[in-house]
Amino acid sequence: MGLSKEQVARYSRQLILPEIGVHGQERLLRSSVLIVGAGGLGSPAALYLAAAGVGTIGIIDREEVALSNLHRQIVHRIDDVGTPKSVSASRQLQALNPDVTIHAIHAALTATNAHAVIEPYDLVLDGSDNFATRYLVNGACVLLNTPLIYGGAIEFGGQALTILPRRSACLRCIFPEPPQVGQIPTCQEAGVLGSAVGVIGSLMAHEALKLLIGFGAPLTDQLFVFDGRESRVRMVAVRRDPACAVCGEHPTIRELALTGAACEASRGERTLID
Amino acid sequence: MAATVRIPTPLQRLTKGQSEVQCEGKTVAELLSDLEKRHPGIKERICDQQGKLRRFVNVFVNEEDIRFLQGDQTAVKDGDDVSIIPAIAGGSNLL
Repeated sequence: MGLSKEQVARYSRQLILPEIGVHGQERLLRSSVLIVGAGGLGSPAALYLAAAGVGTIGIIDREEVALSNLHRQIVHRIDDVGTPKSVSASRQLQALNPDVTIHAIHAALTATNAHAVIEPYDLVLDGSDNFATRYLVNGACVLLNTPLIYGGAIEFGGQALTILPRRSACLRCIFPEPPQVGQIPTCQEAGVLGSAVGVIGSLMAHEALKLLIGFGAPLTDQLFVFDGRESRVRMVAVRRDPACAVCGEHPTIRELALTGAACEASRGERTLID
Repeated sequence: MAATVRIPTPLQRLTKGQSEVQCEGKTVAELLSDLEKRHPGIKERICDQQGKLRRFVNVFVNEEDIRFLQGDQTAVKDGDDVSIIPAIAGGSNLL
């Protein structure tokens, strides 16, 4: 493949890292990542992935930019208020790095389209903002055997985890069922500081780059837990649950469903919904 | 036995902003009851009506998941570190 003079200049500071080099850069340029959500987590993650030269980045988000997004969703600008977030993000990313192909998907991720939306990508980064979508993404990635970077943030802290389907703990291994509405506060209710989401979102991009380039140890089977009041990090050991409904030895979730505030298990023959 | 219970960010408003609370108990179950005595209202966020851990929350004793130890009967020793960690989605309640 080879790199152009401009690419060598653009990526020079990461090319000189022995773990990356031209070989690693070419891998990045050939890889593709889907980011679910162009919000607090998706913003820094998308920026760092585009900056590093991930060849194809898909961004799926059903909403338009709102003024209340701008304190933390740093990929959007004041002139973007009212614009679909996937489109707004795409503009900034393209301006940062024209090398990268961005697919802006102005739509909700649903049980009906999840397979088709996720399937073309090497890796998924979950920056969504509700439990139903998170469990849907987790289920879809396990069914498709697509690596997933999970992360969440609220108030001053958050958590992150890399999921290698059927090899490491998935979201349902750790939290078998999502909470009902109201049991865990949302950012809208409890608030969040942009820099805290930024810590998690940047970490998610970092973990994605590790997998795509192929260096370091993935953040698997350890939940990264960040307490931003004291700026302390803890790693807690998690593991695959043999009884996990999605990735266990006898999975009961073999197709995707999204109902109300929680995903439901479907028994019976596996069918891929499209 | 006195152990340090680490309170997750979304529940710290129930412990007056404290991220760590010293609690007494020989098991995780006793610890959670003591935590409830010191900060009423917190236990129902973590446990259901039957006193079982809610399925979107995990408890770790010295960074090990109690579901792979003895559940809420997992023994707690003096000076142990007990973390309560819930799933976090962020965002809003709108689907």
